[in-house]
Amino acid sequence: MSKQVLVLADIRRNKLRNVSYEMLGAARRLADGGEIAVALLGAGVESLADGLGAYGADKVYVVDAPELEHYTPGAYRKAVMEVVRAFHPDVILLSHSAVGRDLGPIIATRLGAGQVSDIVGIEGEGADVQFVRPIYAGKAYTKVRIRRGVTVVTVRPNNLEPAQPDAGKPGTVETLAVSFEQPDLSTLVKEIVQKTTTGVDLSEAKIIVSGGRGVKDASGFKPLQELADVLGAAVGASRGACDAGYCDYSLQIGQTGKVVTPDLYIACGISGAIQHLAGMSNSKVIVAINKDPEAPIFQVADYGIVGDLFEVVPMLTEEFKRVLADA
Amino acid sequence: MNIIVLLKQTFDTEERISVENGKVKEDGVRFVINPYDEYAVEEAIRLKEANDGTVTVVSIGPSRTEEAIRTALAMGADEAVLADDPALFGDEFTAAKVLAAIIRPRAYDLIIGGNQAVDDGSGQVAVRLAEELGIPHISTVTKLTLEGNQLTAHRDAEGDVEVVTATLPALVTAQQGLNEPRYPSLIGIRKASKKPLTHVTAADLGLSSEDLEPRTEVTEVFLPKPKEAGRILSGDLSEQVKELVQSLRSVDKVVG
Repeated sequence: MSKQVLVLADIRRNKLRNVSYEMLGAARRLADGGEIAVALLGAGVESLADGLGAYGADKVYVVDAPELEHYTPGAYRKAVMEVVRAFHPDVILLSHSAVGRDLGPIIATRLGAGQVSDIVGIEGEGADVQFVRPIYAGKAYTKVRIRRGVTVVTVRPNNLEPAQPDAGKPGTVETLAVSFEQPDLSTLVKEIVQKTTTGVDLSEAKIIVSGGRGVKDASGFKPLQELADVLGAAVGASRGACDAGYCDYSLQIGQTGKVVTPDLYIACGISGAIQHLAGMSNSKVIVAINKDPEAPIFQVADYGIVGDLFEVVPMLTEEFKRVLADA
Repeated sequence: MNIIVLLKQTFDTEERISVENGKVKEDGVRFVINPYDEYAVEEAIRLKEANDGTVTVVSIGPSRTEEAIRTALAMGADEAVLADDPALFGDEFTAAKVLAAIIRPRAYDLIIGGNQAVDDGSGQVAVRLAEELGIPHISTVTKLTLEGNQLTAHRDAEGDVEVVTATLPALVTAQQGLNEPRYPSLIGIRKASKKPLTHVTAADLGLSSEDLEPRTEVTEVFLPKPKEAGRILSGDLSEQVKELVQSLRSVDKVVG
């Protein structure tokens, strides 16, 4: 049976994130011939509607309002519910990132619906669709189906196949006017401090350079950052490095912290505690650099270099610089 | 100031997972307070110490959960409610309904939960609960300050920090970095056994069968394919580095 599928585009700093296209790929499969709509929520986001038709969006709903400049649960709830009223979705897809993680359960609750969080795969067709998701941060997986009602799903970035553009229909764009009142504005964002230096976010990074206790102190992250800069990578850390105060907790990767699945994970001076491995061992390619040849990280690494990170990492940076300049 | 803490008992994060008869095996596993909920407990106790009031721990789970609850009471929480009636176990949808039914009749100013549990990791229940109760919430909080009934929180939004305000009653979820949870003192442990722990059943809460019907169903639990150890590069260090860069570019094709 065909389904109406609504994709809540993931927008960061007024740009569409890749996961939006991954959700559109999933939407085509889940719609089973039904209509696909994209919701663009924000301030100054209308122009992002251009070209979404080629990625499979039959409709684009735009809610553009100053109240949506920064995410707040109340204002975004109001905006999404207006889109839901206009489109009547059977399935709602959100990104499992800062906004979608918070907004998904709000919408699901409003609709009396079940939600499957953080999916990394979809199996089956039609009424037999099941969603694959990690538990224990990826130490195990479950398959989950929705028993009744609307299906709300949050999608982990970098796991589903993105939709490919085709010269299909252009899709229609509809702007919804929403007026916000209390209690839509019950929380207010006063200030935003941007801490990500490279602007590459951990949850969506294709390459992550990560440091552990082996970096020794906060300045020890400098060579890692230099490697990351050359590769366009994000910098992460193990719990050990965060607990020791070498870096901010927002960088922590592991069962407590962020779970990441980049194409390439370079672990520098990380021994590989079970709780860290849970957060990164599903990366496509893992490189481990560690002085201790017995470190458990080598058990999950595709490539290992036994050596001092302060010697190896700068050499890697130089070598990448050299070959990437030639390319 | 009355604070409610949402608490789940989870596996210790250093535990390995094995699956038996389609379920995660629990035998011999060390259980702890979900680490994110431990931050919530600590924050609630600190707020109580600064503002007076009470801290009530609310949990859903089997009777083994009592151990985690006693730890929270030993840290300094005052009382606890445990929904250990299996009729109340379901999914995130039902969990929020159950918690709302327990909390709604109580006088509370602030609810604190972990931003997710390290087992299921869905991060839904606390947000759903705020929505059920019709109160504002701020999630993934790394710093919390209270002035009168005004709450100011630092929210971790993918590396950026958002400074967000709300008016009590409100719900917040704890993120790593919020605080350093204390260890229970000996006196705390002794006192904990005498603090009230109320068990609630489906009959106590008056929820409809509609409210207790899970919307989702887990059909399979499985382990990922074990990752095969790769190779340790050898030879001169500069040769290893060259080989690695070459492989990542032309064999794995993950760079450039």
